[in-house]
Amino acid sequence: MELIEAIVLAVLAASTPLLLAATGELVTERSGVLNLGVEGMMIVGAACGFGGAWLTGSIFIGALFGIVAGTLMSLVFALMALGLAVNQVATGLALTILGVGLSGLIGAGFVGERITPAMHLYIPGLTDIPLIGRVLFGEDAFVYFSLALIVGVWLFLYRTRAGLILRACGDNHVSAHALGYPVLRIRTFAVMFGGACAGLAGAYLPLAYTPFFIPGMTAGRGWIALALVVFSSWRPGRLVIGAYLFGAVTILQLHAQGWGVGIPSQFMSALPYLATVIVLVLLSRARTGGSTAPAALGTVFVPDR
Amino acid sequence: MQLVLEKRAERSNTIALVSPLIAIGLTIVTMTILFAILGKNPLLALHAYFIAPLTDGYSLQEIAVKATPLVMIAIGLSLCYLANAWNIGAEGQFLIGAVAGSWIAVKTQGTDAGVWVLPAMFVLAAAAGALYALIPAICKVKFGASEILTSLMLVYVADLFLDYLVRGPWRDPHGFNFPTTAEFDPVATVPLLIEGGRLHLGSIIALLVVAGAAILLGRTIKGFEIRVVGAAPRAARFGGFNANQLIILTFAVSGALAGLAGIIEVAGPVGHLQPGISPGYGFTAIIVAFLGRLNPLGILIAGLFLALTFIGGEQAQIAMKIPLDVTKVFQGILLFYVLACDSLILYRFKLVFPNRQVASGTH
Repeated sequence: MELIEAIVLAVLAASTPLLLAATGELVTERSGVLNLGVEGMMIVGAACGFGGAWLTGSIFIGALFGIVAGTLMSLVFALMALGLAVNQVATGLALTILGVGLSGLIGAGFVGERITPAMHLYIPGLTDIPLIGRVLFGEDAFVYFSLALIVGVWLFLYRTRAGLILRACGDNHVSAHALGYPVLRIRTFAVMFGGACAGLAGAYLPLAYTPFFIPGMTAGRGWIALALVVFSSWRPGRLVIGAYLFGAVTILQLHAQGWGVGIPSQFMSALPYLATVIVLVLLSRARTGGSTAPAALGTVFVPDR
Repeated sequence: MQLVLEKRAERSNTIALVSPLIAIGLTIVTMTILFAILGKNPLLALHAYFIAPLTDGYSLQEIAVKATPLVMIAIGLSLCYLANAWNIGAEGQFLIGAVAGSWIAVKTQGTDAGVWVLPAMFVLAAAAGALYALIPAICKVKFGASEILTSLMLVYVADLFLDYLVRGPWRDPHGFNFPTTAEFDPVATVPLLIEGGRLHLGSIIALLVVAGAAILLGRTIKGFEIRVVGAAPRAARFGGFNANQLIILTFAVSGALAGLAGIIEVAGPVGHLQPGISPGYGFTAIIVAFLGRLNPLGILIAGLFLALTFIGGEQAQIAMKIPLDVTKVFQGILLFYVLACDSLILYRFKLVFPNRQVASGTH
């Protein structure tokens, strides 16, 4: 029983950065912009988030540092892909290459340092309930925030006028522009939201997941988050399921290594990446009747005046 | 008053020619600021990065050695990007090629196998790289799965596979437990061009690849198809060109070139298989491809330039304790500027003075 509880807790922790980053990218992509730089924004968010927490001793300020860093990175992307109409795939790759380098520079000063990781909620009575107590009432703030955020995004996209306009920009930017909506400004905000989420997702790793920073600690999570958005068919509800499934794969392979199943550890470590490939293939195959992706995703838009 | 982008009537050939130079100039200005922030003397740092490696013969050879994998991979990637197929997993294809070629080297170790060993390693490495690249290509063509994500995921898988081999079955029993194979036999090693130097046969192969790509793109129907499919997909469909077939072809070729680059690196400068054989060649090659304007000759020059930053970065670290990550930042910034300047080939900036009457009246 305690083992099951421990596994569920670990799965939630492993899923949260994926969910946060994928939530941001989902909004970005819904506005019609493909930002492949999630990995780069995350790793800079991780370095700045840890730096902020280490300097001030506050996890909250660390998280803010991560958010600001991710947003700044995304503004570079917006300037290029929206302001200068540069190919979004190439710009996203450039953002990741830059982010990996920057995070190494920023993080060099505090590799090997430790902080006190984010506190977990404790409500006497409720948290002590066997089996479900710690899972429901004993998480860190990031876990609850990530769930609140995706609910908020769902409400925004499907229950507000602004969300409808954002989706219109993603499906047909020419029509949205003709109706008088500022397509590029809306997309810039969507990209910034994606950056903020990716920065926070990155900051989660050294602030709550492991209490230290190592270069390259995002280990492809940004790319998995991108795959999750495809997996979700650009729908918030499915995104939650996908993020927790991937978190489960990550944790199960770790436990399987611990149990000594006899399979080399490297093969187990490769599981999340292979699972991503397989899921992408299966989903794309199932979706032969037409794509569910935003119709204008990844296309360049220069308004004619 | 507002600055807006406006499409040019036709592409500007002047800017197409000078934009890589503008990009390099802007990058150097940015780096100067970055060095100053890091508290290093910018002039000395720039000298260590860009001038010092050009002043001695050893470094010059080392630049050619580093440029070899970059140019080979970037040539393959440029074919993909021209055909609008986004292979970003060259790093994985490089590693798999290195692994496949090393298999022959490891299995023939200590036997008196003949001169066929090295050519066989090359062939197997290229085949393995091509097959590995075909996975995302087929997933894309048959199932519509994003080749960007699948090719990238396979980088991590290749990295772990190599790690498993050198820590497990292929580990050198006399290697003091280091994760590495034994040093390859002389017949399994890429011959040097100058006795006692660094320059090896691989650089010649890279030059041949550049020439081959130039002929393919400039003188053959296939090359024409590749360029049309990328630049004008609709026209290509009317022309009866098969875009899917070209995705498969360009991925296979770029995978083969990356795999070949992998075994040349392992059987050449490194001499044995170990983790970390690549300082991100597969990713830096993406920058090389764009900086070289997806043009074979341009890629050769761009490859040499980025190789210079690798060597310069190492020298700057030794001489001035500048962190190696500065090289990656430099490469990222350079790619940004290259892409931004390229935008000016098709667009130009225009100052707009919003005028309410005009805005509401004539539109």
